[in-house]
Amino acid sequence: MEQVALDALSQIIPESRMFLDLAERYCYSYDASFGEYLPEVVLQPINVKEVSELVKLANVHKIPVSPRGAGTSLSGGPLPVKGGMVLDLTLLRDKLIIDRENMLAIVSPGVITAAIHKKAEEAGLFYPPDPSSSNVATIGGNLLENSSGPKGLKYGTTKEYVIGLEVVTPTGEIIRTGGKTVKNVTGYDLTRLIVGSEGTLGIVTEAIIRLIPKPQSRKTFVAHFNHFIDSGHAITSILSSGILPSSLELMDQACIRAVESYRPSGLPLRAEAILIIEIDGHPLAIEEEINKCADICRAKGASYVKIAESEDERDTIWSARKLVSPAITQMGPTKISEDATVPRNRIPAMMERLKQIRDKYELNLVVFGHAGDGNLHPNIITDKRNKAEMKKVELAVSEIFEAAIELGGTLSGEHGIGTLKSPYMEMELGINGVNMMKKIKEAWDPNNILNPGKIFPEKGQTKVVLVT
Amino acid sequence: MNAPATSNKENGAVQQLHTDAYDWTNQCVKCGYCLPACPTYESMGVESASPRGRINLVKLAAEGKIDFQKDLSGPIELCLGCRACETACPVGVPYGHILEAAKEAIAPYTPKKMKKLKKLALVHLFPYPERMTLLGNGVMFYQKSGLSKLVRSSKLLKKISPALAHLEQALPPIESPSKRFKPGTVIPAKEETRLRAAFFTGCIMDSMMSRINRLTIELLTLVGCEVVLPANQSCCGALHSHQGEAMQAKALAKRNIQAFMQIDADVIVNNAGGCGASLQEYEQLLADDCEWAGAAMDFSKKSQDISQILHHLGPLPFTEEYRGIVTFQDSCHLRNVQKVQKEPRLLLQSIPGIIYVEMEGYDRCCASGGIYNLLHFEESMKILDGKMNDLNKTMATTIVTVNPGCQMQMNIGIQKDGAANHIKSMHLVEVLAKACGLK
Ligand SMILES: Cc1cc2nc3c(=O)[nH]c(=O)nc-3n(C[C@H](O)[C@H](O)[C@H](O)COP(=O)(O)OP(=O)(O)OC[C@H]3O[C@@H](n4cnc5c(N)ncnc54)[C@H](O)[C@@H]3O)c2cc1C
Ligand code: SF4
Ligand code: SF4
Repeated sequence: MEQVALDALSQIIPESRMFLDLAERYCYSYDASFGEYLPEVVLQPINVKEVSELVKLANVHKIPVSPRGAGTSLSGGPLPVKGGMVLDLTLLRDKLIIDRENMLAIVSPGVITAAIHKKAEEAGLFYPPDPSSSNVATIGGNLLENSSGPKGLKYGTTKEYVIGLEVVTPTGEIIRTGGKTVKNVTGYDLTRLIVGSEGTLGIVTEAIIRLIPKPQSRKTFVAHFNHFIDSGHAITSILSSGILPSSLELMDQACIRAVESYRPSGLPLRAEAILIIEIDGHPLAIEEEINKCADICRAKGASYVKIAESEDERDTIWSARKLVSPAITQMGPTKISEDATVPRNRIPAMMERLKQIRDKYELNLVVFGHAGDGNLHPNIITDKRNKAEMKKVELAVSEIFEAAIELGGTLSGEHGIGTLKSPYMEMELGINGVNMMKKIKEAWDPNNILNPGKIFPEKGQTKVVLVT
Repeated sequence: MNAPATSNKENGAVQQLHTDAYDWTNQCVKCGYCLPACPTYESMGVESASPRGRINLVKLAAEGKIDFQKDLSGPIELCLGCRACETACPVGVPYGHILEAAKEAIAPYTPKKMKKLKKLALVHLFPYPERMTLLGNGVMFYQKSGLSKLVRSSKLLKKISPALAHLEQALPPIESPSKRFKPGTVIPAKEETRLRAAFFTGCIMDSMMSRINRLTIELLTLVGCEVVLPANQSCCGALHSHQGEAMQAKALAKRNIQAFMQIDADVIVNNAGGCGASLQEYEQLLADDCEWAGAAMDFSKKSQDISQILHHLGPLPFTEEYRGIVTFQDSCHLRNVQKVQKEPRLLLQSIPGIIYVEMEGYDRCCASGGIYNLLHFEESMKILDGKMNDLNKTMATTIVTVNPGCQMQMNIGIQKDGAANHIKSMHLVEVLAKACGLK
């Protein structure tokens, strides 16, 4: 970066929030995925004016700008792949206002998602999107990745809740999209376009999000299946019976075994699948619904069904699911976590394909996920220092994506495209589909300065590269 | 008595960083789950002040991408070593070990001024019980003679070092040596003997807070412990490990193991969270030393915090009510390393008359961090201000801790706030002793 540009940057932001030394820059060279890219400078703006001026300057000097939240992206979203500057937005966190009358929250992008959950709940309201990273990730990152979690089945993803934004465009203008009304059909829906755009179309500096009334109560049960195919039938039967669980989670046998050897908690080692189902709503309704779901599981061949009668029993059920991540990382230091998603009736077919991939490449592959919405998390556990195995992983990952798309699914249910899945975009969208998206990007960002190298593949890039 | 060996192990330390520490850093999946637990990340707001950042910097240093002195030492020095990140980490990255390996590797590069202060304390003071006693007596003389009033009113100390000035005011009144139990003594249980407990006196506790040690022993005898005070015990070595002086820490550990293992005690009791954690980690510290590993393991297995013993052997024979709202600040090393959380709370709640209120952020470090508050005064005070804010919200009249460093740090906070007339900082043992009618 030229000295003039650096001098100009230091006119906008004080020294204490501008980092040029190596250690600080390296601290923003990674996220929770792969790859390490060293930015030339890291900046921590604290208000929209600073953001806007920084972006304007970047445009003049053609400096790449990578916005960043807490850096928990699993797809490489905030990595400065073209160098330039990282804009760390975690200090933009002054606003978290709950507007009870309008059932809204107005938030700064650096606010941690769990803080919104807490504040909303204190007001008797509910913000449903619940990625498992919610204690760490920022609402800005959630919005730009369109995150969700187990509750996605009933409540949808982040985009269902965002109704208004303040955005700094890639040319530095400050614009507002949407507003405080739930209904809004004025012109193009830029709000929805920006949500999930992975920081390539604008920098969000404030968001208005919709809250809903807090469900009165909830009930949870667990079912064990000796045959995977039966669990698939149970899922489709429950969902077609007119009941909409708030979560419907699945663990496969490899997961079960990993958890059991990490922290023995009496999980059935012979079972091929465990389903965890939670229902929320009116206490009387959920009582009836949960029993019906349990009956369906039994009828479809569950070997064991247990409805939690207390908060402790509920915790025990969920703890098995929560132990999956730590348990599988004991199997190796590198975890490649995918989120290929298929229509839910294709889950058994997808599981079969994953099994074939596991056997073909002889990899440590476990599967868990949000079965209710078809969002599976195949995880390959390996060691990135083992180059030969990593090459096999690359091939396996490609096949996972192919399988998902062949079955009518998508590359990503919640982690985004980033740098890792961009080579496969055409496979899902076709060449014209990708070109249309590119045209939008070019119109917004004529100099291609905002988060370049994401979503769209580089020329000649046809598959994921994890090791070089 | 031999002084512990001084260290000159730059090569060894750097080598270890390339082997063990590098492997540990590779376990980190960069999920960031540790970020919300980290007090320095919260107060400084940069990734290099977070556990994830520090772990990755150690990794980069081992890979030769950054320089130990220029790039690594700053972020590592600013870590409190509270190890809250370890408790939060879902995959069990051994941060404490990474930190110590890094500290050892950067120790030769510590700035001169800091080195002097550290050397004075670590090499020439803490390891020598008699010097500590002398210092304690000196401080007592200083407090009793009216000198302290003079110094305070002249604001002299503040001009020399604000950190020392605060510390001076935070020191508790020191008890006369005549009340102290002598090393080598055996104090019988009050009634039936249920356990034989060897008591670890600690260096700061023994010299500056001997009253708390005396009360600890008296409480132990009340619940049926015969208490032995092994002679020749010494500083636990925690501060040395934390400052990258592993050789000294090992030498001190061996001396303690020797002193305690001669005595056939059922448990080894301590009353300072930081020391206790260090005693429990002798096992790991000496794991590679075939001559000592076995004894170290036995020693660590026997070590327990005072709250565990009192809770286990209780209930205590309370004779008085304790009036007021009481809250508890966890000692990081008791909570995050020894994993003792409920016993101190249950003991407090068992005291008649007490109103116990949990404080928000009770599990967050108060930023005393060994001698962190001396070495990094401003950073420490920033974190302490946040803590005082949480404390004020509880309306507590007593804040209870289980570590001398935390207790003094809370005292500093109280004085800074000008709140000394309505809040007291007390050690758990003092509160329990008061309710048992011990003076
Ligand atoms: C252990 C773990 C569990 C996870 N679980 C889930 C899960 O259950 N569901 C799920 O959906 N995801 C999950 N994730 C992925 C990740 O947490 C989410 O993608 C999250 O939304 C990222 O938020 P962040 O604040 O860390 O953003 P970052 O990772 O820093 O950034 C994410 C993207 O947003 C952009 N960005 C961030 N802030 C702004 C802003 N204000 N303006 C413009 N662009 C911005 C960045 O450029 C980047 O493209 C998980 C990750 C981990 C490590
Ligand atoms: S030990 Fe404490 S201060 Fe250091 S990184 Fe861990 S949580 Fe932060
Ligand atoms: S929680 Fe553990 S694995 Fe995650 S970033 Fe922190 S140290 Fe690394």
